[in-house]
Amino acid sequence: MTADLLYSDVEEDLRASVRSLLADHCEPAALLKRAESTEPYDLKLWRSLAADLGAAGLQVAEDRGGQGASAREIALVMEELGRSVAPVPFLGSTVLATNALLASGTDHELLGKLASGAATAALAVPLSTGPDRVKSTVDVSDGVLTGRVGTVADASVADFLVVPAGDGLYIVDTGFTVSELVSLDLTRRVADVTLSGARGTAIATGAAAAEALTAALTAGAALLASEQLGLADWCLEETVRYLKGRYQFGRPVGSFQALKHRLADLWLELVSARAAARYAADCLARRDPDLPVAAAVAQALCSEVAVHAAEECVQLHAGIGMTWEHPAHLYLKRAKANQIALGTAGRHRAALATLVDLPS
Amino acid sequence: MSLTADELRERTRKLLAEHDFSDRLAFLRARFDAGLAWVHFPEGLGGLDAPRALQSVVDAELAEAGAPDNDPRRIGIGLGMAAPTILRFGTDEQRKRYLRPLWTGEEVWCQLFSEPGAGSDLAALGTRAVRDGDNWVVTGQKVWTSSAHTARFAILVTRSNPDVPKHQGMTYFICDMHAPGVEVRPLRQITGEAEFNEVFLTEVRIPDANRLGEVGDGWRVAQTTLMNERVAIGGHAIPREGGMIGIAAKLWRERPELRTPELHDRLLRLWVRSEGVRLAGTRLRQQLAAGSPGPEGSAMKLAFSTLNQEISGLELEMLGEEGLRYDDWTMRRPDKVDFTGREAGYRYLRAKGNSIEGGTSEILRNIISERVLGLPSEPRVDKDVAWKDLPR
Ligand SMILES: Cc1cc2nc3c(=O)[nH]c(=O)nc-3n(C[C@H](O)[C@H](O)[C@H](O)COP(=O)(O)OP(=O)(O)OC[C@H]3O[C@@H](n4cnc5c(N)ncnc54)[C@H](O)[C@@H]3O)c2cc1C
Repeated sequence: MTADLLYSDVEEDLRASVRSLLADHCEPAALLKRAESTEPYDLKLWRSLAADLGAAGLQVAEDRGGQGASAREIALVMEELGRSVAPVPFLGSTVLATNALLASGTDHELLGKLASGAATAALAVPLSTGPDRVKSTVDVSDGVLTGRVGTVADASVADFLVVPAGDGLYIVDTGFTVSELVSLDLTRRVADVTLSGARGTAIATGAAAAEALTAALTAGAALLASEQLGLADWCLEETVRYLKGRYQFGRPVGSFQALKHRLADLWLELVSARAAARYAADCLARRDPDLPVAAAVAQALCSEVAVHAAEECVQLHAGIGMTWEHPAHLYLKRAKANQIALGTAGRHRAALATLVDLPS
Repeated sequence: MSLTADELRERTRKLLAEHDFSDRLAFLRARFDAGLAWVHFPEGLGGLDAPRALQSVVDAELAEAGAPDNDPRRIGIGLGMAAPTILRFGTDEQRKRYLRPLWTGEEVWCQLFSEPGAGSDLAALGTRAVRDGDNWVVTGQKVWTSSAHTARFAILVTRSNPDVPKHQGMTYFICDMHAPGVEVRPLRQITGEAEFNEVFLTEVRIPDANRLGEVGDGWRVAQTTLMNERVAIGGHAIPREGGMIGIAAKLWRERPELRTPELHDRLLRLWVRSEGVRLAGTRLRQQLAAGSPGPEGSAMKLAFSTLNQEISGLELEMLGEEGLRYDDWTMRRPDKVDFTGREAGYRYLRAKGNSIEGGTSEILRNIISERVLGLPSEPRVDKDVAWKDLPR
């Protein structure tokens, strides 16, 4: 079967619901206020999104408590979350932890809880970990986990952790501490996790655990591309809107060709990014063997397109773009953090070199 | 009610069963007459009024059988530009007369649009057309005309009224390239060969029956031609590494001694971008098939030109010492563009035309920023001035 790179009507309906929910919660002023508060995550929004809209269970089968949709729909939610830089633990819980559980084949009750939005989890690896570089810093002996993992995404609101330790993959619900870090990305926090004598439930060991972890990170990379796409889309749209209305030298700044051509080029980058992100999501949904290539291509393209879009957004908004009150910086911070997340573009290109036989 | 994929497959098999390939032209004519040339065209004109997306069903079936094709590289202007314009603006007689030999390649077409003083600003052109009874008398100079030396007919835009603003006084014709007064001179180009030409038109008599569209309506007709030119590009599916990147990747695999870390990094970046553009082309075709064409069409040509230029530049650098040589500077007048039949130096030089022919990259960026993103146009000084009073 060939890949479907379009959005279905059902997906567009889902987009509309997610977008209208996010519109109510992600006003720039509210985002900023929250970012500087002691509760950087919007858990009310999270409950509406995860439980009421059922977004947390889209990728999980119905008989395991989910919606029985697919990664394509998750990707769509990611697009919308990127467009609004929403402060919710979707990447950590719904994308990374849930995919780790799905890939391990476990029927642990946690999967159902994650799918229903009753609990959230985080995958205990540094957010910068790419699918090709998995290395555990947690020791395990007799099912007891000890160690420290830095910069874990969405850990500060996680009820559970999914932890790669020794040569296994474990679920941990107590016996760990989380210390918040000051994150570059104000709307997605990273935290240090310390496990000292946590009792874990093994859900996979040996090769199966390594495979599940790689699968989770590959799925993460494939889906993060959609968030990057959505983010870039917002930056372009907002910049175009602003430049149509901003007058200097007696005409709209957006009528100057030097700027029009930069925006046309950015739009062109987005056309490729959209196709690549959709292809990665579709490969993930169909378990296509081309997924590793698709995910690497999507990350190599989308992470750079998102950063470029956010940087252009700041530059073309000029003075106002440099302020704290204008949301452009929230997008730049998310875009730059995402560029590092789940493997940089450079690392994905290096992985591709092997995958498509272009050795160094 | 339109045909289904299965019905088209049936018809294609019937064509294959009834005609062999020994006479290429006879096969192509039979294919046209069976309505399998361009299935979305009307019946009797090479089509079956079927959805455009179903052409791929026919093409796949014919390719598998090894049927001869009509070599679109050689007759691209006819297929991509003249045909849709004749279909839309032509009379019944014109459609009947021109479309079949155009499609089979018996008659090659060229496009007499650009002039020394009017390239990007096509509406500024000055080739005069003066009415004389049932004829028009046309005088002027066209330039950069691809295939004029092999063409039997041309699509031609002229100035029929110099006293009105430039977009209003144009008239569009079909020009017989063998008519008295048409002179084609090769114009040697950057690659050494002469793929395009200068064309001098001296009191060429064109019957009014060869007019396409109304008198003075040439700009609107030309818009159809140009739109189709851009849609034609990126029109068919290519496999991964199907374009210029495949040539560079092959070189990389076959010649380990050429590899350096810096070239590796650039190759991978271009590989990723090529794959992104390829997927975007696939997505565009899926949108077309679903009946919701996106604005991506105008993007594909811009994307491909940039990639072709960067990749062919990289290929030359990869070759190092060998890249200092060129295969052949002989002045030739080829009858088609062949990117793969020649060596890296040729590809590098010929790719420079990709961002100029069919609308420059700058003009395409204007189109994207204004029509897709809705940004305001630059102030215009030429809109309401009679053509004859424009500064030149
Ligand atoms: C290989 C090749 C084949 C061709 N074949 C044909 C053919 O078969 N038939 C035919 O009619 N023509 C043909 N052309 C001509 C082609 O269409 C023109 O060259 C092209 O439209 C540009 O026009 P110009 O060369 O006059 O450049 P100009 O319009 O003089 O442009 C000069 C520079 O100014 C830029 N520029 C112009 N206007 C603007 C603007 N508004 N904003 C920003 N920048 C601008 C251009 O992008 C370019 O960089 C061919 C050209 C090539 C290279």
